[in-house]
Amino acid sequence: MDAASLYMSQELVAGCGVSPEQRAALSSSLRLLQRDMRLSRVFFWGKILGVRGDYYIAQGTEGGEQLRGRRSFYSLNCLDWALLPPPTADVIREAELIKGCFIGDPAHEYQQTAWKKVGEGSAATVEEVTNHIKEESRLVATIALIDREAAVAPRGAFIKNPLGQVNINHSFRGLTVSEAKKMSSFFHFTPTLIPKKKSLLEKADQDPAVDFLDSLEHDVPKGCWSLQLEQGSSVVILRSLLWLGMTFYHVPLTPQHGYIYIGNGERNIDLPFMI
Amino acid sequence: MSETPAEVVPDPRELQIKNAKAYLLKAGPSGVSLYEHLSALLSRILSERPTNALETLEQMSTELHWSRLQKGFDSLRPLTEDPPTVIKAASHRALFSSGTGEADENEGDGEMTDSPLPNLYELAHLLQQGGVSLGQEETVRIALAMKRLTDTHPLQYCRFWGKIFGTIASYLVAEVQFREGEDEEAEEGVEEEEKATAEEEEDEEEKEEAEDLPPKSTYRPPPVVPREENGAGTNKYVYFVCTEVGAEWIRLPPVTPAQITTARKIKRIFTGNLQAPVITYPPFPGTEANLLRAQIARISAGTLVSPLGYYQFGEEEGEEEEEGATRNTYEENPEFEGIPVTDLVESLSNWVHHVQHILPQGRCVWINTAVKSEEEMAEEEEEEEKEDEEEAEPEVGPPLLTPLSEDAEINNTPPWTAHLSSPQIPQYALAVLHSNLWPGAYTVASSKKFENIYFGWGIKCSPKGYSPPAPPPPQPEYPSGPEISEGVDPTVEEEQALKAAQEEATAAAEEAEEEEEEEEEEDDD
Repeated sequence: MDAASLYMSQELVAGCGVSPEQRAALSSSLRLLQRDMRLSRVFFWGKILGVRGDYYIAQGTEGGEQLRGRRSFYSLNCLDWALLPPPTADVIREAELIKGCFIGDPAHEYQQTAWKKVGEGSAATVEEVTNHIKEESRLVATIALIDREAAVAPRGAFIKNPLGQVNINHSFRGLTVSEAKKMSSFFHFTPTLIPKKKSLLEKADQDPAVDFLDSLEHDVPKGCWSLQLEQGSSVVILRSLLWLGMTFYHVPLTPQHGYIYIGNGERNIDLPFMI
Repeated sequence: MSETPAEVVPDPRELQIKNAKAYLLKAGPSGVSLYEHLSALLSRILSERPTNALETLEQMSTELHWSRLQKGFDSLRPLTEDPPTVIKAASHRALFSSGTGEADENEGDGEMTDSPLPNLYELAHLLQQGGVSLGQEETVRIALAMKRLTDTHPLQYCRFWGKIFGTIASYLVAEVQFREGEDEEAEEGVEEEEKATAEEEEDEEEKEEAEDLPPKSTYRPPPVVPREENGAGTNKYVYFVCTEVGAEWIRLPPVTPAQITTARKIKRIFTGNLQAPVITYPPFPGTEANLLRAQIARISAGTLVSPLGYYQFGEEEGEEEEEGATRNTYEENPEFEGIPVTDLVESLSNWVHHVQHILPQGRCVWINTAVKSEEEMAEEEEEEEKEDEEEAEPEVGPPLLTPLSEDAEINNTPPWTAHLSSPQIPQYALAVLHSNLWPGAYTVASSKKFENIYFGWGIKCSPKGYSPPAPPPPQPEYPSGPEISEGVDPTVEEEQALKAAQEEATAAAEEAEEEEEEEEEEDDD
């Protein structure tokens, strides 16, 4: 259980977070969750705001592997945790269509009308199909999407061992201040789906054990991250504009880093108009 | 006219001296000539006048060389500049020192009690209970920055409004009210504005005088809605912003209705630079400072709420005023009993807006723009093309201190969510209210106290997605009429009929001519 990370994120990320009572509840309930689920590490992921209640999300890892096979849990009261199923492509595709705030009830059903092509060639007709999507599935999909598009780790914080496992790099001593001002020092903390082709010149400077993730440098649209030095330049804050509420923090020259999402769980699709 | 030999052939000794001096003046690889070195050395000896000049000559020469090398070293590597962390730390340090110095003065004047400085520590504590954190160190720094603001300006009221994030820097916003008659900048600002408008008018007149004008556009822009006076409506408060604690507080300009109506149509993230241009469609009148001020006005109108009964209308006003005039002042209710926190959470009707609703016009109090000044009336009459303008219907918004339960739902989402800060110990819990319409707006209330704060991007939630408004329809080219429309080609029958008619006409004319000729002949006879 990374209790320290919860405290740090409270202190460093200005804005809404969790109250002291919730923090106390989290630090004990997450420890029990770690024991019950036999996890090697549990960390608080964030909070998705709903109209009637908020979802508190935690993630855990088994063994040394940090990147793949992360398990997500949710709770409505910071005490009782429920395991979320792993996201599938179908769930994500259906849930992406839902708009509006979360309700705060995992059993709530969204009705989503979709159009499906029936038949082939000229005889094809379009049929209306009504999908029922539970809010729990939407939660799974939203967490997966945020992880895919906005989870961040500083360069060197994780290391890939010869077996292909991604482990915490215990010799990571933090980025320097000048490194922390560059987008290329931060990586998407998600398995690379489409590896970007790099030139030989770029590859020459890279370390395959460290540079196995995509950097934020070439994200589209340009300017979808906001990098700031806050609190008297003592902490680097990286905010995603695509998922408003996603905040990454890193204290330069220390191994302290992490991210927290506190938002309404909606992708900011209006971003091209806003920058 | 022959030249003297002395001028043609110089004195050989003089030439020798010249050559020798030229040799000495030749700069070596270090850029310094022996002549310079020797003269510097001699001048040093003469100024210092050491007792054993001959013995120390070599040493002094070496020292001179070294001093030159030292200089060269400096030019290779510039002095290291202070890293930004140190610069920031220095600005934060300045906050502390100025605070202690002026506090002493205030004690002497007895102004400590009158100071409008808000208790930010209490605010931070309340907010933290509600799950909104400022950061402990940051709270102290913001409090000191606010203190500096209240010390340097004659303020009557001051409040920490919140924080608006930007891509490069974030804005800390302070809401203040000046003491009456002591707001110098505002008065200057009004004069400047008047000057600016006067100049613009002059420019236009000059342009009209110029020859060879292109045809005038018939488009007449809708009348400009005048902005509200300082201290009223959307300009009730003055806002100061700074991007970093310790930096100078910058006063935002007053907001105009045009800026508010345009800000409603656009969606934009702030950059953190007040001078940055706002490039959007529809075009926004002003820079980011104006947009920031417009968004602050909108957020304030939408999200500043208080428990029912905390504020009441002033007793003196209201009845005497005309009917229909909205009451726009309120005062703290001294007999406010406090509402139990559980009631605050359960029912939104226990909460009221204490900032006036902004009408679609962009003002809090509706103004009839159809009523024109005398000059404009005269112009209208000259033009004669006076359209029958319908009597504009006054826009009416909900009155001040309207309960939140009256707020409209957007896309089936209730605009407010309330919860208890601590479900475990409800008797000491606080009521936390957050807006779903303006994500980031929070209100925390105990039974007798409340605090509003905004922590967000300054963007209204639009669940259906934003789409920029379509451009206005283009002007029609010409009024369509027979002179510009193409005629229908005649058919063969019509053509023949026309031909026959023409032939008949010519035949008749010829006959008439012949008759005339005959008559003339008869006359001649």
